[in-house]
Amino acid sequence: MPTPARGSSTTPGAPDAEALCDAALAGDRRALARLLTAVENRTPLAEMALRRLYPLAGRAQLVGVTGPPGAGKSTLVAALIAELRRAGRPVAVVAVDPSSPITGGAVLGDRVRMQAYAADDGVFIRSMASRGHSGGLSAATTAAAAVFDAVGFDIVLIETVGTGQSEVEVAAAADTTVVVEAPEMGDEVQAIKAGLLEVADVIVVNKGDRPGAHRTAGQLHAMLADAPRDARPGRPSPKRPEVLVTTAATGEGVAELLAAIDRHRSTVRGSDGETSRLKRAEAQVWAVLVDRLHARVRALEGAEEVPAAGLSAAIPSPRVSAAGGLLRSVASHEIDPYAAADAILARLVGDAPGSREARK
Amino acid sequence: MGGCGAAIIPGMTDRPLKVLIAKPGLDGHDRGAKVLARGLRDEGFEVVYTGLRQTPEMIVTAALQEDVDVVGLSILSGAHMTLLPRICSLLHERGMDDVLVAAGGIIPDEDVPALKEAGVAAIFGPGTTIAQVADFLRANARPRE
Repeated sequence: MPTPARGSSTTPGAPDAEALCDAALAGDRRALARLLTAVENRTPLAEMALRRLYPLAGRAQLVGVTGPPGAGKSTLVAALIAELRRAGRPVAVVAVDPSSPITGGAVLGDRVRMQAYAADDGVFIRSMASRGHSGGLSAATTAAAAVFDAVGFDIVLIETVGTGQSEVEVAAAADTTVVVEAPEMGDEVQAIKAGLLEVADVIVVNKGDRPGAHRTAGQLHAMLADAPRDARPGRPSPKRPEVLVTTAATGEGVAELLAAIDRHRSTVRGSDGETSRLKRAEAQVWAVLVDRLHARVRALEGAEEVPAAGLSAAIPSPRVSAAGGLLRSVASHEIDPYAAADAILARLVGDAPGSREARK
Repeated sequence: MGGCGAAIIPGMTDRPLKVLIAKPGLDGHDRGAKVLARGLRDEGFEVVYTGLRQTPEMIVTAALQEDVDVVGLSILSGAHMTLLPRICSLLHERGMDDVLVAAGGIIPDEDVPALKEAGVAAIFGPGTTIAQVADFLRANARPRE
C-alpha cells in the first residue's frame, strides 16, 4: 500500500478509520469525503475502513453510465439526479475523467453539468481521475461506490470516462449498465460489433432532438433487442437491452430512463444478478491481490541480489530495482521479460509457477 | 512508499494535489479559469472545474464533497469583497480550515489586505504565470492525510 506523498501516518489529529467510519455512517459529509480520499489514495486507513464498511454494503443499486466522449453522459447523469430528487430519493455520483499519461494531472469537468445540485444535501458528487487505470474507471471506483452504498445511498451513479468500443469494466462494477450513444454514430454493423454494446442493460440514444436519433435507436433496437437468438444451454445468453431516446438537456425521456433502470433493478435482485455480483467480487479480489503483489515487489526494490532461479547462470546476480540491473538487463535484451518476472516471483514465493512450467 | 525512487509500477506514484477551480458570482468570463485549469493539469494537479455562476454555498459544498486541497477562485466582476470572505467563512463553518484558498482576476491592490485578513492566502493578478501559481500551491497546500 502506498502511503500519501504528503503528510504522514503520524500526523497529530489524523482521524482514525473507526472514528471516520462512525462519523460518515452518522451522516457527516466531510467524514464521507475524507473516507473517499483515503480510498482513492489506497491508504492503510482506507483498508481498515473498507473492512468495516464492506459488510454494510450490498444494498444500493450501482448504475454505470458509459459511452463515447461528448455523447452527453454528464448531462444525462444531471438529468437523472433531477428525476431522482423529484421522487425524494438521495443519490451519489462517482464521475471519472482521464488522468494525463504524461503529467499525471487531470481536468475533472463532469461536475460542471451537475452543479445545480451542489447545495442539495441529498446529492453527493465525487469526481475521480483515472490515474493510469484503463477500462473507463479508476482503480478505486468500485471501493468508492461501496462506501456510498455502506453509508446508505440507495442508488449510486458511476459515470465512466468517455469510452470507445471495448472499455467494458463498468459492467463488472455496476448492477445496471447504461450505454449512452449519440445519433448517427454508426449503422447496423456498428450495432452488432462485440464490445461495449454487448454489456448494456439499457441503451440510450441521447440528443434526441437531433436528426437521426430515432433512426439510430431503431437500428440498435432491431439488432440488439429484437433480433431472434436461440437459447443454447451452457452458454451465457446475450443481453436484450431496452433502447430509449432521451434529450438530457431538456429532460425529455429521462423519467422513462429511470423507470427502465428501476425495472432492471428488480431483475438483478434475483438470480440474474448472481453472475454480476460474482464478477464484481472477482474483480475486487483480483484488484487487491495485484495491489498486494505490487507492494511486495516494490518492497524488493534495492534488495541486494536475486537468486539465480529461473535465470541462466551466465547472468551475474541482477538486482530488482527500477534503476538497477534486472530491468536494465531486460531493456538491453540480455535476459527476457519472462525470466525477469520469474526471478522476482521466486524472491516473493519461493518457486515461480511460470518457471516450473517452462522446465517441464 | 511515497518518496522512494522511481516507481516500477505505473499508477503507484505519489498522489496529485486536488484543486477546485470555481467562478463565484455573475461574471461570464471563464477563459482565465479554463486556461488555469488546463495549465495546472499540465503541472500534474487534479483540477475539478465547476463552471460559471457559482454561489459561495455551491463552491464550498463542491470543495467538501471533492475533499480538495486548494480552492481557486476566479473573479472579474468586482464583487470579490462580498463573495470571497463569504466563501472563507463558509469553509471555516464546515471545519475546512486546512483548505488553501487562492484568488485570481481583477482585484485592486487596496482590497488585498482585507481579503488576506478574511483568509485568502494569495491573490494572483494579470501577468501571473501558471508556474508561479503551481509553485505557490505546492509550497502552501497544507499536508493532509
